[in-house]
Amino acid sequence: MNKIASAGNKGKGVRSDCFISIEILNDSGIEIQLESKVKALYGDSIIKLAKEVLSNFNITNAKVIIEDFGALPLVIAARIEATIIQLIDTDKEFLTPFLEENKYKTTKDRNRISRLYLPGNTPSLMINAGIHKPNGIILDLEDAVAPAKKAEARFLVRNVLRSLNFYGAERMVRINQIPNGLEDLDYIIPHNVNLILIPKVESANQILQVENKINEIQKKKGNIYPVWYMPIIESSLGVLKSLEIAQSSKNIVAMAIGLEDYTADLGTKRTMEATESFFARCQVVNACKATGIQAIDSVFSDVANMEGLKQNVLKSKSLGFDGMGCIHPRQIKVIHENFAPDADEIAKAKKIVNAFLEANEKGLGVVSLGTKMIDPPVVKRAQKLIDMAINVGKLSKNWRDIENEKL
Amino acid sequence: MWVNYQKIGEILKMKNYNLVKNAIGRLVPTEINGKSYVPYMGVGKYRPTGRKYAPLISTCADYPSDGNKLIPSLKEALIKSGLRNGITISTHHHFRNGDLIAQQIFDIAYELGIKDLVWFPSASFECHSTLIKYLEDGTINHIEGSMNGALGRFATEGKMKGIGVLRSHGGRYQAVQDGDVHIDIAVIAAPTADSFGNATGDRGPAACGLLGFALADSQYADKVLVVTDNLVPFPCIPWQIHGNNVDYVIKLDQIGIPEKIVSGTTEITKSSDRLLLAEMTAQFCEEAGIVHDGFSFQAGAGGTALSIGTYFAEMCKDKSIKARFARGGSNKYLVKMLEDGLTDYILDGQTFDLEGVRSMRENSGHINTSPFTSYNYHGKGNFSSMLDVVILGATEVDVNFNANVVTHSDGYLLHGIGGWQNCLFSKCTILPIPLFRDRIPVVKDEVTTICGPGELIDVIVTERGIAINPLRTDLLEKLKNTTLPIKTIQQLKDEGEKICGIPAKPKHTDEVIAIIKWVDGTVIDTVWKIEK
Repeated sequence: MNKIASAGNKGKGVRSDCFISIEILNDSGIEIQLESKVKALYGDSIIKLAKEVLSNFNITNAKVIIEDFGALPLVIAARIEATIIQLIDTDKEFLTPFLEENKYKTTKDRNRISRLYLPGNTPSLMINAGIHKPNGIILDLEDAVAPAKKAEARFLVRNVLRSLNFYGAERMVRINQIPNGLEDLDYIIPHNVNLILIPKVESANQILQVENKINEIQKKKGNIYPVWYMPIIESSLGVLKSLEIAQSSKNIVAMAIGLEDYTADLGTKRTMEATESFFARCQVVNACKATGIQAIDSVFSDVANMEGLKQNVLKSKSLGFDGMGCIHPRQIKVIHENFAPDADEIAKAKKIVNAFLEANEKGLGVVSLGTKMIDPPVVKRAQKLIDMAINVGKLSKNWRDIENEKL
Repeated sequence: MWVNYQKIGEILKMKNYNLVKNAIGRLVPTEINGKSYVPYMGVGKYRPTGRKYAPLISTCADYPSDGNKLIPSLKEALIKSGLRNGITISTHHHFRNGDLIAQQIFDIAYELGIKDLVWFPSASFECHSTLIKYLEDGTINHIEGSMNGALGRFATEGKMKGIGVLRSHGGRYQAVQDGDVHIDIAVIAAPTADSFGNATGDRGPAACGLLGFALADSQYADKVLVVTDNLVPFPCIPWQIHGNNVDYVIKLDQIGIPEKIVSGTTEITKSSDRLLLAEMTAQFCEEAGIVHDGFSFQAGAGGTALSIGTYFAEMCKDKSIKARFARGGSNKYLVKMLEDGLTDYILDGQTFDLEGVRSMRENSGHINTSPFTSYNYHGKGNFSSMLDVVILGATEVDVNFNANVVTHSDGYLLHGIGGWQNCLFSKCTILPIPLFRDRIPVVKDEVTTICGPGELIDVIVTERGIAINPLRTDLLEKLKNTTLPIKTIQQLKDEGEKICGIPAKPKHTDEVIAIIKWVDGTVIDTVWKIEK
């Protein structure tokens, strides 16, 4: 009996995905059966791609069944590779094209107001994620992927990092809990992931393990772009150790809190008022501010309740958080609008920035607004606020020109 | 932009058809089903002369003076109306997927052994796929109307005996008025009627709003039957259909399934991708100066189009302005706009939900219209060209802005034309469409089937960019400083193909299975048989 393996998804509601099964044979060559709703348009190219992947792994005799539901080539290739590695021992990979548009790096202090969670084994949710302009997208290998699908999700996430355009969003991956998550790093570090989310962190040592593994991979692959970390605090121990964790690496740019697991750990329920997590959130925010990194709040799970989300964001902002996760693209706008500075804050910041630029133009060393002197950190904060307002669309990029024109 | 209509003499003999290349470069037959057809000549180029078609003169002496035209059964009425081989029978889609009448008509024809009928519906729905058996056994020769779902597959695989003809709502009125289609028997299902034949759609257990699609049939058919499940004593008020045009009235227990009558895409989309499209479209309209006091718009029934309507309503509220009229497809969102004072009128072409039906009954600002007033191209003007903006869908668009609304990219018939072609004459036609569906790119070098010429299509809005037709230099100028992602149509095509890969051209045979009529009755394109 020949060994048969499979990967991918099928069944009701599955879109932009495919299900592959492969049986390795002794002779008789390659036989490919294709069922696809886009067969008339892409049948030939799907078969050509399948043959390319098989030949990359030196498979010359096999029966391949492809059930396709409009999957993009990067998905088909990932599914076939995930099937093959169950059948043969190999250290080869089949890499889809690395888009030039995906070779960008991110800075430590960029906006991380919104970051959109995308289940790591569901291509249909990934394809259009970037058009909603979240600050970051998270390809999630952890809780959003069923245990049996963890292995195949890595190939998909790797190909997505290479071949899918997220239009400038920070490209993040949430790896599995340490130590299992360390293996995930092999699949993502060489493909310009910008930031790694590390779940359920309870000690500085866990961060160091991640850092060592990343250094090792980067040395081997010669990757020069920085990879930032965002630990997620999801337990009472994690909360109490949050300062130590935040200080554990210079590559940590933000720290998040995950309230579902945290409230379970406390033995309580997550409520709208969130009194039960008040201490934890304050603790995490303070650990972040003390270390000079961004504090990121937990996701708001009721995707239909936009007013509830808004209230949640306003509360979060008032506690000192700099952003929060989203689980649906519709949440992005609400999060941006309400985390962003309001009209009064923007007006004040504009005055400060204008005063600074005018002082510069006149060659003055001291910036003053009316009778008040303005310190450099105040100018910097105002500039950051302006950037954020521009970023979320509350202010035009050319606001100064536009205002000068009006004068 | 495309091939000029020079080669009318260039006749290509393929199979049994005379195929000629029309003014938009498509091969079309000049004769099908034993009738001749004029190839498309360009927008506004075909000017038929002569007089309109006229029905036979009737005399009151042949009709009961007490006004009671009741006949005990549909079968008897059909026989009295001269049901026989080869005639054309029309029905209407006011009941959409809840229609129970077409089935009964052809059951009766089958029982009587009648063959080769032409079915001339104003549209067909999935519920009509049960008629396939009558297309197979020759009871029905062919359909002149939309063919979707199973009917579309059946026709596209070349299994229909005759050749299908697809027309827009306005084109259907034009064809009847001009005598291109002679209706032998029209069967009008009416939610409320009196025994004289006056009928209305705005009340009764099967209330569907208006009966505008049956207007032409009531005026021009040889025999006109009104079928109702809600017979009221004379007079039936309002009389959307005039009893003076009606031959027989039949009372049945049920004529439609109410919950399916108002089904369809009548809810605002919850898809974040489509909401983004709607938002971009609304922003485009605002920046283009389209949303001004006294403006007018029409948005289709899809979830995206409905959302754009609600964005318009918000804008009106914010700016303290209102629309003069909204054309539709009425639904609860439009009704809310009317009731909130954000539009003076709804000029309703078909009613999509019960709120629309209620409003039509109760609100003097909710007006029922017909394909004659709104869409007919062979008249002294129509409403659609007065609209400031229409929002429509499409399955494909090409780099010359030509668009397809009837076939899928694999060549299969998918949708009817509806009012789509007629609406292209508005002042600004916008198609908000995703750049690709699953893996299928929407912007192509050439569309599978041309339903609308690119010169009438002004803006394509996709989630990854907006293309403005280069002919619309005014719009390009207005949007030159926008934050919206304005791109060329070629850039959109390239971007879609970069993500999806370049699709192969689907193979079709050289056998014609249907023709697509333009609003003036000329043939704009052909649908070809696909080998399964």
